Amino acid sequence: MLDTQPEEGYTTADGRKIGGVAMEMRNITLRFGGVTAIKDISFDIRWGEVRAIIGPNGAGKSSMLNVISGFYNPQEGEIIYKGYRRPRMRPYQVARTGIARTFQNIALFEGMSVLDNIMTGRLNHMKANIFQQALWWGTAQREEEENREKVEKVIDFLEIQHIRKTPVARLPYGLKKRVELARALAAEPSILLLDEPMAGMNVEEKEDMCRFILDVNDEFATTIVLIEHDMGVVMDLSDRVVVMDYGKKIGDGTPDEVRNNEEVIKAYLGVTDD
Amino acid sequence: MLYREAGDFKTSYTSDNQTFPIRFDRYGYFFVLGVAFLIMPLILNDYWTNALVVPFLIYTIAALGLNILIGYCGQLSLGTGGFMAVGAYASYKLMTGFPDLNIIFVILLSGFITAGVGVLFGLPSLRIKGFYLAVATLAAQFFLIWLFTRTPWFFNYSPTGMISAPTRTVFGVPVTGASASAVSMYMICLVFLVALAWLARNLTRGTLGRQWMAIRDMDIAAEIIGVNPLWSKLTAFAVSSFYIGIAGALLFTVYLGAAEAGEAFGIDKSFLVLFMVIIGGLGSIFGAFAGAFFLIAGPVLLKIMLVDNLGWATDLAAHIEIMIIGALIIITLILEPHGIAALWRTIKEKLRLWPFPY
Repeated sequence: MLDTQPEEGYTTADGRKIGGVAMEMRNITLRFGGVTAIKDISFDIRWGEVRAIIGPNGAGKSSMLNVISGFYNPQEGEIIYKGYRRPRMRPYQVARTGIARTFQNIALFEGMSVLDNIMTGRLNHMKANIFQQALWWGTAQREEEENREKVEKVIDFLEIQHIRKTPVARLPYGLKKRVELARALAAEPSILLLDEPMAGMNVEEKEDMCRFILDVNDEFATTIVLIEHDMGVVMDLSDRVVVMDYGKKIGDGTPDEVRNNEEVIKAYLGVTDD
Repeated sequence: MLYREAGDFKTSYTSDNQTFPIRFDRYGYFFVLGVAFLIMPLILNDYWTNALVVPFLIYTIAALGLNILIGYCGQLSLGTGGFMAVGAYASYKLMTGFPDLNIIFVILLSGFITAGVGVLFGLPSLRIKGFYLAVATLAAQFFLIWLFTRTPWFFNYSPTGMISAPTRTVFGVPVTGASASAVSMYMICLVFLVALAWLARNLTRGTLGRQWMAIRDMDIAAEIIGVNPLWSKLTAFAVSSFYIGIAGALLFTVYLGAAEAGEAFGIDKSFLVLFMVIIGGLGSIFGAFAGAFFLIAGPVLLKIMLVDNLGWATDLAAHIEIMIIGALIIITLILEPHGIAALWRTIKEKLRLWPFPY
């Protein structure tokens, strides 16, 4: 039996369809020894939406993302994903359920080419066994080509054709961020987690990245969970926003609701405005 | 002018993915294969086969194996000598236990047995990495050698503690034992090397290779995007040990003929193969060939130069030789820390544009 009942979706002002609940956090608490990084947080993520998590430094946003991607296991609370309670999993098992992510500090494989990095993102779609791969025969070769085609589509989409065979270590920062997005996208995830995709970028790179994020959400109907410090970006991109402070949730709702929430203004926006 | 990719258009992903994307390289590769299979057997004599060619072929196999583990998967290992001993003793037990079994199968089976042992000693890699893992594999080296010298069952209770390879044939031609000719020794090693190098290339360019490299470059990120660390590390240990086991089996059956674990497969062998991998270039198939050639051919060529051409005393030349090899290793690593393979890559990149670099 499903642990949650599917809810009705709605259509946004710009015509995108938002579905029922994809993932629900229920009373998540995460502690590191004596430090409580996340205190009793609950929120949900709906299919097809751009969901932002904001908050000051150290609020527990990245920890929240790490909980979703299975890197941390919360001491209390449960995660309902696709209607079922998610058991304790290793990160690679979570990845196989259709959750991909990018990292705050770029975590590309520096010794590999851009193409190989993105191909690695597709490994959950490749099934050839070790002997087929060793002989480069049958399934192995066919799979390699099929997945290369999918990867080429992602490469086209993110406009990085010219650096396809370049070793990642040689790329500038902005392009590395884009390759990392490509690697996550290549996995064809149901939910895409972006940890500060625009940190350290200039205005032009930020605009590109915003465009890509919106396009991904629009064209592939990928659900996106986003952590970002640039308020303008967050308010423009996201459908709903969770606000965290000191590990607690202090606000949740549409950008407008959050902007006018007294507590949020006091804790976060007010401080930056002053 | 010949070395160009311009005008050589790729129309499918298969041809774009091939090992030698530049036409000149492709022809060069077939040329080298042709020379190795057709011309070398005609010109080889006993001295060159024993001093240079056969050890080069065998150590290249071992270097390929270690390169998969260290260069592709990033797991440091100092147990190479011990794993070679496993291959050698496995082949000895198989040859004496099943006299009718063809030597090809004996060597392959020895490889698989070593792969199993390698996986066992690779288990600590799931918890520890880097230098600490190196120390753990060092324990494997000492334990295995101790096991093979102290357990009489492994050397069939022979009073000397030595193992010696009986004569075995392939298509009626003896390849092991005293009656094996230089050419037959050369051919069996060459066939194994070419087949294994081809398999290594396939494994490293496919999904498994990418998983290994992902673990090497950033293991946490790799796990989060879906690489199972247990599976990738243990397959790396298995494949690597398979290669090293075959190298050990060939070294014992074809090249040495008789061996004693502590002497033939000591810690110095572990370091020798490790140096080959580092000097040749981590994470490169070509690097395994280059590194093995450097460390096998270097001393032989220096000896010829110093003793035969300059007329130095043999003992003096032997010492000078060690010093020169040491110096050459340091110079190579200062000039190109990523090994001969990286040097080769740079040359090829320059060559693509030569003589009009703009």
